[in-house]
Amino acid sequence: MAAKTLIIDGKAVSAEEGATVLQVARDNNVAIPTLCHLEGVYDVGACRLCLVEVAGSTKLQPACTTKISEGMNIQTDSDRLRKYRRLTLELLFAERNHVCAVCVSNGHCELQTLACSLGLDHVRYDYVFPKWKVDVTHRLFGMDHNRCILCTRCVRVCWHIEGAGTKNVAGRGATAKIISDLDQPWGDSESCTECGKCVMACPTGALFHKGATAGEMEHDRDKLEFIVNAREKQQWLP
Amino acid sequence: MSKRIIIDPVTRIEGHAKISIYLDDAGQVTDAEFHVVEFRGFEKFCEGRPFSEMPGITQRICGICPVSHMLASANAGDALMAVSIPPAADKLRRLVNLGQIIQSHALSFFHLSAPDFLLGWETPVAQRNVFGLIQSNTDLARAGIRLRQFGQEIIEVLGGKKIHPAWAVPGGVRSGLSDEGRAKIRAWLPEAYATARVALDLFKHTLESHQTEVEVFGNFSSLFMGLVTPDGSWEHHGGKLRFTSSEGALVADQLDPQTYFDYLGESGESNSYLKSPYYTPLGFPKGIYRVGPLARLNICERMGVPQGDQELANFKSMGQGAVTSSFLYHYARLIELLSAIEFVERYLDDPELTTGPLRADAGINQLRGVGVSEAPRGTLFHDYTVDRDGLLQKVNLIVATGQNNLAMNLTVAQIARHYLRGQEISEPMLNRIEHGIRCYDPCLSCSTHAVGQMPLRVRLIAPDGAVLNEVARG
Repeated sequence: MAAKTLIIDGKAVSAEEGATVLQVARDNNVAIPTLCHLEGVYDVGACRLCLVEVAGSTKLQPACTTKISEGMNIQTDSDRLRKYRRLTLELLFAERNHVCAVCVSNGHCELQTLACSLGLDHVRYDYVFPKWKVDVTHRLFGMDHNRCILCTRCVRVCWHIEGAGTKNVAGRGATAKIISDLDQPWGDSESCTECGKCVMACPTGALFHKGATAGEMEHDRDKLEFIVNAREKQQWLP
Repeated sequence: MSKRIIIDPVTRIEGHAKISIYLDDAGQVTDAEFHVVEFRGFEKFCEGRPFSEMPGITQRICGICPVSHMLASANAGDALMAVSIPPAADKLRRLVNLGQIIQSHALSFFHLSAPDFLLGWETPVAQRNVFGLIQSNTDLARAGIRLRQFGQEIIEVLGGKKIHPAWAVPGGVRSGLSDEGRAKIRAWLPEAYATARVALDLFKHTLESHQTEVEVFGNFSSLFMGLVTPDGSWEHHGGKLRFTSSEGALVADQLDPQTYFDYLGESGESNSYLKSPYYTPLGFPKGIYRVGPLARLNICERMGVPQGDQELANFKSMGQGAVTSSFLYHYARLIELLSAIEFVERYLDDPELTTGPLRADAGINQLRGVGVSEAPRGTLFHDYTVDRDGLLQKVNLIVATGQNNLAMNLTVAQIARHYLRGQEISEPMLNRIEHGIRCYDPCLSCSTHAVGQMPLRVRLIAPDGAVLNEVARG
């Protein structure tokens, strides 16, 4: 495959054709914040946290789904980008009920970590305080829509790693939600294999092991990449 | 529905209080009311949450006694799962509660109450606080602050942090006691004993010049309630409930906390967000009871530790039957503090503390579960009703300060009756009323009293309802 040369944050780099901006940035130790991206499954560009500036375009591009091209000049950090990323995070916090102090994922949450790293000490928007029912009908796992950011990681791992297709998205806009099968209680799902990959994948405390208490839920996200590497590359590397 | 909301939020009441004093035609005090005018709403917004999250959520009710809520909540979780927790977990929970009792009692005595009687009622408010104590008696203040730290260190060693440790969980606890933690606690013991002793001697000396306070600061007949062991010893976690009378008679014993609603009623006052529980067989208001250190020492026959038992004997000699003066809450608190240190030492030598499993695992086996624990301020109940999946349908919290509400009203009236002259509300009288409330160490004093005064409004009301005088502070 042909190599492409491009510039990221003023530094000339080269990468194989077909790679995404995010892949190339990470290969060159340039950190770009992400939330919906998950190693091992395809990207959907849903969260808009990885937006970058591409010279010649006024539109910001998501690094996870934008393929590199020859001569591209990319800026991954700027006042404008920080402003947009902060705004995106604020909207995520305002949209549902994220109460870190008592959350099962407190201390192990990607949303919380990102908010801390971007200095998000308050939210400028009114909180919506929606009423979402918690689904703990499953024998092993729970789903709390209050903490869901609709990244769809759980849907992607369920369909494309496990192949069960239990998790889906229903509804639109702010009322969209993750469902099991045809929007039935998770415990009633016939397709769920109880593999727990969705729980491993979740960036927040939305999916958790039943019985988990505050700060106790640690998602083993590396396990998913391990499974994919084992299956596709025949590499069983920890 | 709105009525329920009014009754519900006793959970945290630090901050704002209001007192009304009623006069008859002759200008004599007939009644007094202590109002708490805050609403927290924990009982409502916990609805719909999984029961396993409740220890983490409810302990956010308070920054002083989060451990008490964590334990009562975990205990309610045990009841929902219908499990007996592993012995090591039970002992570890007790150890953390002792740490909680030590730190909270040290705070109440050294930071909040001692400035009143050590510096004097007439001392200006700007100096009559812990900072004034630091200036006038540096060593004592430092020792008191360090004693509180000792209690906090026990909580941190076990729970990972001093405030809001998410450590006790339904079924047990999340982690054990490390050798390093054990050594750390042990190293503190001599200093903790010494400070507790100093405080006890100091208070006993104070009593010599404060007999009027003993007489009029909430000195009345009431029932006393708290947990006891099966043989009637002092208890702070687990155990069963006992009621005794002012005459020292056993009213009821070994009552199962799981069925508290069979013998405890709750009377809602329209003018306060506090609920007023009472012992139903005696009705309202005859069934008024007090909880907390004074009650726990009145109901028990022994502390179960040598130094504590020695002090208990002296304490019991101060009353005929029971000790009825709320001013002696302070003494009872210090005896509990000393005894708690002795119990901590005992647990450190207990080999069972580090053996076996720490957490029982089970699903929902009962749809209603009651958790009970002795918080520093008195018996704390968490009553949860869940659906089959473990989501909270109903939450009822009965907090110590609510149970002492009626007693606090009586205390305020008694102090006002003794000190009120005409319609003038003087500063020393206000200070004494404030202290009458402070004897109970209610949570409403947590936030503001530490810097000198609690936000307090006192109103004198004539028989026709006219407000004769009103003084506001804070």
